[in-house]
Amino acid sequence: MSAKKTPIYDEHLKLGGKIVEYAGWLMPVEYEGLVAEHEAVRNDCGLFDVSHMGEITVKGKDATKLVDYLMTNDISTMTDNQVIYTLMCNENGGVVDDLLVYRYNENYLYLVVNAANTDKDYDWILKHMDSFEVEIENISDNVGEVALQGPKAQKVLQKLTDYDLNGLKFFHFVDGIEVAGVKAMVSRTGYTGEDGFEIYTDKNDIVKVWREILKAGEEENIKPAGLGCRDTLRFEASLPLYGHEFNDEITPLEAGFKYFVKLDKKSDFIGKEALTKQLEEGLKRKLVGFEMVDRGIPREGYEVYKDGEKIGHVTTGYHSPTLKKNIGNALIKAEFAEIGTPIEIMIRNKPCKAQVISKKFLNKKK
Amino acid sequence: MKVLKGLYYTEDHEWVKVDGNYAYIGITDHAQHNLGDIVYVDLPEVDDEFDKGDAFAAVESVKAAADVYIPVSGKVVEVNEELIDDPALLNADAFENWIAKIELKDKSELDELMSSEDYESFLEEEE
Repeated sequence: MSAKKTPIYDEHLKLGGKIVEYAGWLMPVEYEGLVAEHEAVRNDCGLFDVSHMGEITVKGKDATKLVDYLMTNDISTMTDNQVIYTLMCNENGGVVDDLLVYRYNENYLYLVVNAANTDKDYDWILKHMDSFEVEIENISDNVGEVALQGPKAQKVLQKLTDYDLNGLKFFHFVDGIEVAGVKAMVSRTGYTGEDGFEIYTDKNDIVKVWREILKAGEEENIKPAGLGCRDTLRFEASLPLYGHEFNDEITPLEAGFKYFVKLDKKSDFIGKEALTKQLEEGLKRKLVGFEMVDRGIPREGYEVYKDGEKIGHVTTGYHSPTLKKNIGNALIKAEFAEIGTPIEIMIRNKPCKAQVISKKFLNKKK
Repeated sequence: MKVLKGLYYTEDHEWVKVDGNYAYIGITDHAQHNLGDIVYVDLPEVDDEFDKGDAFAAVESVKAAADVYIPVSGKVVEVNEELIDDPALLNADAFENWIAKIELKDKSELDELMSSEDYESFLEEEE
């Protein structure tokens, strides 16, 4: 199967975007350069094409009931126009996907899932809907989405809409407003650790929104931003990426996302039994942050050692553009997870010294 | 993309500049451009010996690490230590900033490398 193009693809070419294949999509990894785009988002704002993300709607009398059964977070206590982050687990507690749930109302939930997992998620949901009165639809091909992120995001977006964005709280959304003359759904969400918005429209309208935002943002030094800096930004902000910090075999507890696993919520959910058991027995491995002591940049997949014994692997690693340090996340044996523990990262067959630190890389700076 | 005349080139985008029995080795302009902002260069040690094709150094941007393969066999006699503190020199001028100087083991290996003209056609085909 050949890679898909988002409706904004031609714009990326015009802007000099370097195109790579990601999760079955042809996406811009950078335009001017990863670091410049990263800094634009931290200091001003950047605009991402995230039309590759999947959207699945769940409608009907049992919509909330079904989604609550599928998710680790508590969906039953959500309010209308609220967004929450949650994990969807399998029976063993491994993660099927991490996603956002948008609640229009009790009978209408809108799920935004990872591009690479859209089909898997859709099948998973269909497989578990039997006893529920719901209609499930994968509308990914009809939706265009951009993410405007950074401290100047509100100022830029406000130029294009009459809706007062001061009224839109973090992790809330509003639908049916006009952005650049186009009917849109807008949420105050993102994947960068900065303030920002995600804007959803019909796929045919998204190019107009993309162009108008870039134009409106000129005075604020907006930059089109690629997947390259999307990954460094989310990593610095301790936001996990599916396939790295967790997957079908890594549980949210091991990855340190217990906050999003509501074991005491009213209704049962898939994975509850396994996760409860894991918590009782104690975690055998944990996701940690670490900083290199020796020279060298840690990369995903590098092995982690302690006194000659392999204790885990790096899930994400970078030379952090904001902190100018070589840092990473690693999933390692729990007994070595304490902050301050010296560990070694195997870089090109050489053991290089590192130290466990807090995963909250950015917060440490403040 | 800049290609300098008088150097030897590899398909992995390294260049070789011969100086008697010695050679300077670096990465091409095309290579630095593809990598983007270079933030780290892992240099070999002086006196290390390598066979043609061995990964003998690494150049890393924020997003990726790329091995540098030695285009000809030889012993490292000098490394460009300026790259330790300022890896971005490779972005500024990849031909001016060599990575290592080696003592050639077998000069006939040079015949297997590309000329600047060959490398230019190779780049066009790769596009």
